[in-house]
Amino acid sequence: MPICGPKLSICGIILSVWGIIQLGLMGIFYYFGAMALAEDLPDVEYDGGDIKAFYSKVDAGYTQNAYNCWIAALLYLATLVFSAQQFWSNNRSSLSV
Amino acid sequence: MGSFFRSEQMSLAQLFIQPEAAYFVISELGETGTVQFRDLNEELNAFQKKFVNEVRRCDEMERKLRYIEREVNKDKVNIPDVRELPRAPNPREIIDLEAHLEKTEADIKEFSESAVNLKSNFLELTELKHVLEKTQLFFNEQDEAANGLDNKALITEDSNNPIRGGRLGFVAGVIKRERVPAFERMLWRISRGNIFLRQADVGVTLEDPLTGDEMNKTVFVAFFQGEQLKSRIKKVCSGFHASMYPCPSSIQERDEMLQGIKLRLKDLEMVLNQTQDHRQRVLVSVAKELQNWSIMVSKMKAIYHTLNFFNVDVTKKCLIGECWVPLKDIHIVQKALVDGSSSSGSSIPSFMNIIATQESPPTFNRTNKFTRGFQNLIDAYGVASYREVNPALYTIITFPFLFAVMFGDVGHGLVMLGCAMYMILCEKKIASYKHKGEIVNIFFAGRYIILLMSLFSLYTGFIYNDIFSKSMNVFGSQWQLNKSETVGEGGKTLDPFYYYKGTPYIMGVDPMWQFAQNKIVFLNSFKMKLSIVIGVIHMIFGVFMTIPNYIHFKKYSDILLQFIPQMVLLCSIFFWMVVMIFIKWFKYSSIHGDTPDVIAVGSSCAPSVLIYFINMMLLKEQGPVEYGCQKYMFDFQPVLEKILIVVAVISIPVMLFGKPLLFKMTHKNNVQKNGAIPSNGDVHQRQVQSLELTKITEQTMENSETNGNGVDKDVANQEGEVVFRPSSHVKKETGDDHEEEAFGDVMIHQAIHTIEYTLSTVSHTASYLRLWALSLAHAQLSDVLWTMVFNKGLTVNGYVGVVAIYLIFAVWAFFSLAILVLMEGLSAFLHTLRLHWVEFMSKFYAGLGRAFQPFSFKIILEEEEQE
Repeated sequence: MPICGPKLSICGIILSVWGIIQLGLMGIFYYFGAMALAEDLPDVEYDGGDIKAFYSKVDAGYTQNAYNCWIAALLYLATLVFSAQQFWSNNRSSLSV
Repeated sequence: MGSFFRSEQMSLAQLFIQPEAAYFVISELGETGTVQFRDLNEELNAFQKKFVNEVRRCDEMERKLRYIEREVNKDKVNIPDVRELPRAPNPREIIDLEAHLEKTEADIKEFSESAVNLKSNFLELTELKHVLEKTQLFFNEQDEAANGLDNKALITEDSNNPIRGGRLGFVAGVIKRERVPAFERMLWRISRGNIFLRQADVGVTLEDPLTGDEMNKTVFVAFFQGEQLKSRIKKVCSGFHASMYPCPSSIQERDEMLQGIKLRLKDLEMVLNQTQDHRQRVLVSVAKELQNWSIMVSKMKAIYHTLNFFNVDVTKKCLIGECWVPLKDIHIVQKALVDGSSSSGSSIPSFMNIIATQESPPTFNRTNKFTRGFQNLIDAYGVASYREVNPALYTIITFPFLFAVMFGDVGHGLVMLGCAMYMILCEKKIASYKHKGEIVNIFFAGRYIILLMSLFSLYTGFIYNDIFSKSMNVFGSQWQLNKSETVGEGGKTLDPFYYYKGTPYIMGVDPMWQFAQNKIVFLNSFKMKLSIVIGVIHMIFGVFMTIPNYIHFKKYSDILLQFIPQMVLLCSIFFWMVVMIFIKWFKYSSIHGDTPDVIAVGSSCAPSVLIYFINMMLLKEQGPVEYGCQKYMFDFQPVLEKILIVVAVISIPVMLFGKPLLFKMTHKNNVQKNGAIPSNGDVHQRQVQSLELTKITEQTMENSETNGNGVDKDVANQEGEVVFRPSSHVKKETGDDHEEEAFGDVMIHQAIHTIEYTLSTVSHTASYLRLWALSLAHAQLSDVLWTMVFNKGLTVNGYVGVVAIYLIFAVWAFFSLAILVLMEGLSAFLHTLRLHWVEFMSKFYAGLGRAFQPFSFKIILEEEEQE
């Protein structure tokens, strides 16, 4: 049963492939605490207080974001399956006409 | 293979073709697509040409084909694509084809005429049926009302009713729905409100028999009193194109009529279906052949059109045409001649003869699917003059490279690579799509350019260490900082003295710069210098490309009088700047120290290259410097700079007066030698070529002799060759060359050229700064997009972040694609194009040639498809 048109479903496929690859990789980089992503963590304001507490906060942020990215990648996987199904059914319906 | 360096060598050939074989020969040549025919009958008007009748017959056939195709499309019958293109038909088959087309066209016309008749009949009947059905309701209402009145009449014994009912007339009909309001108003006006109009929607859409459009109609009944009103209503109805139908007033008659009509409708429907089936069958069978036929007809038309370019021999025994042929393809043309003659069964061979000409041949660069895109970029500026150095060869590398300098980002490069790979891997599939749309066509034609651009931007992105504005720590950063210092707000100023480990990052920009506060300060100065270095090298390369041109066109004096002063001017000023940049990079570092040696090469003593350069141009002394620093980077720098500036200034008059003076001197010599015209190297060379080629033709003539054909005729033809050439052409060719240029003209031309070059060295060098500006803009824009959009999703705490990431990623990806890849990509592309057209090619490229347009069926059919 087609819900989205052929163009939207192709758009969804491309976006979700991109999303899976990029978010999957970003998850890995977060998991290993890549420096380049240090600015993209929740609550990383260093207020000059306890340095150890700050470090643990940063580490928690890294793991949290790693999991978030992976889950978002899974969501994109679901999007991919949905769009691919849509694309396929669009193709079938256009063939049957 | 060296053909891409210059355009191919061309020669003008004369074709002598027997009239019987002409059609076949031209057909063979059209299949190979190697020759460009010259119109020898330009002065004749279209109707005086020899093959006018044939061309007109083809036109007629094309018209019929177009008609059939329109009909086929109207019935939505699929026209299958042909896999193999048919060859041009034998002239004998033309009559068959013509007859077939005529028959098919007549058939289809008959079908459609009878279908229109049947359909209008059908429409009338359906409308009548609807009128009867709908009016039933109105009449019922009226009868009821009348009955009510009758009842009343029984009570009041009023005898008015029968008179009233008898006098009330009506007109029933059908009108288009959109006309109803106007119609109603008009009726009201003409009768001053005395007409009672009832209407009801037909409910189903009807089909216009002529156009096949859908129509919505409304049934109406107008009740009135008196004959005069009736005629008025009828007039209004015909004015509004309403169709009126006779409608009996009694119920029984109406019912009977309705039954009759329903029966007739059923019959008609059957007939209609059968006609439709038959038409469909004919159209499907035609559709199978349609593509073949139209290709055959357009080939045929092209052949006769080309034959119209030919001259007829005085004895009317052969057709003579002139064409440009690439030297390498002469054997193909000869084979086509032999094949064409043999397939016509003619006993007399056709042959070709190379003739010498002073006219400049067309430019032909043999391209393949990879090089075509790049060649198109160059040809869009101007087609190269004949045998001029072709910039497309270098563009293959320099174009993607300069693009990538502005577009350096691994992430965006990967996105672009994906698009390019898709277009290249599905090349055949995409190429077979028709009606792709103009923009898709442009991108598809440039797919290999896009591929190279994306690969190069992967490289430059790696050097800039940018992937979606983030950096990659591949080899381990060579800067040492505390973790807390980097993560804080705004980053940290990187001072090499405190944080640098001492050995450089292995390749590219160190990833630590992503967090540095002075990132832009560093990258600005770095990229600006880089773009000057690249630009000056690119321009020097462009000036060097004049040498092959001078050598090829035998203008050796220009190497001395043009190339060397140009080179000296460019190098002594701008290459010197590049040298200064490198000296500065190597000599100065961030070492702090107390000894004078160390201080002199420290960062505080690093001079500004720009100030050096300005002072050099203004012939000024270097201003005072800080304590411990030296005024110049090395001792003899001021002396060297003075020498350079003097050399540069001297080179300008050399450029300006050298060529005109040489012209004056040689011209004097020539006058002394009784005005002998100096032989143009190009012409001389072509004469040598033509000598070789006559040998080839002689060989083929020998071959024809062995076949036992009329030798005498060949000889006669060759002797008469000059006679056959129209005098206007010979005149035109000789008129083109060796125009006596006056000294003043040469001087003015040279003055313009010199001023242009001298000013352009400055402005073009500055123009290369766009490399820096665009690259910086691209990096900044992608940084902004990340921090303003994606960062917002990533900094949401907890598992709510998943949703934020999911949604914001889509937004970020969309903007990355639309703004950074597409828009920035296009702007970088345009700037690269400009750098090539203006800054690079202006140094050596004339681009005054005309393109070789071979007679090729493939090209003709492609053009037709695009229309």
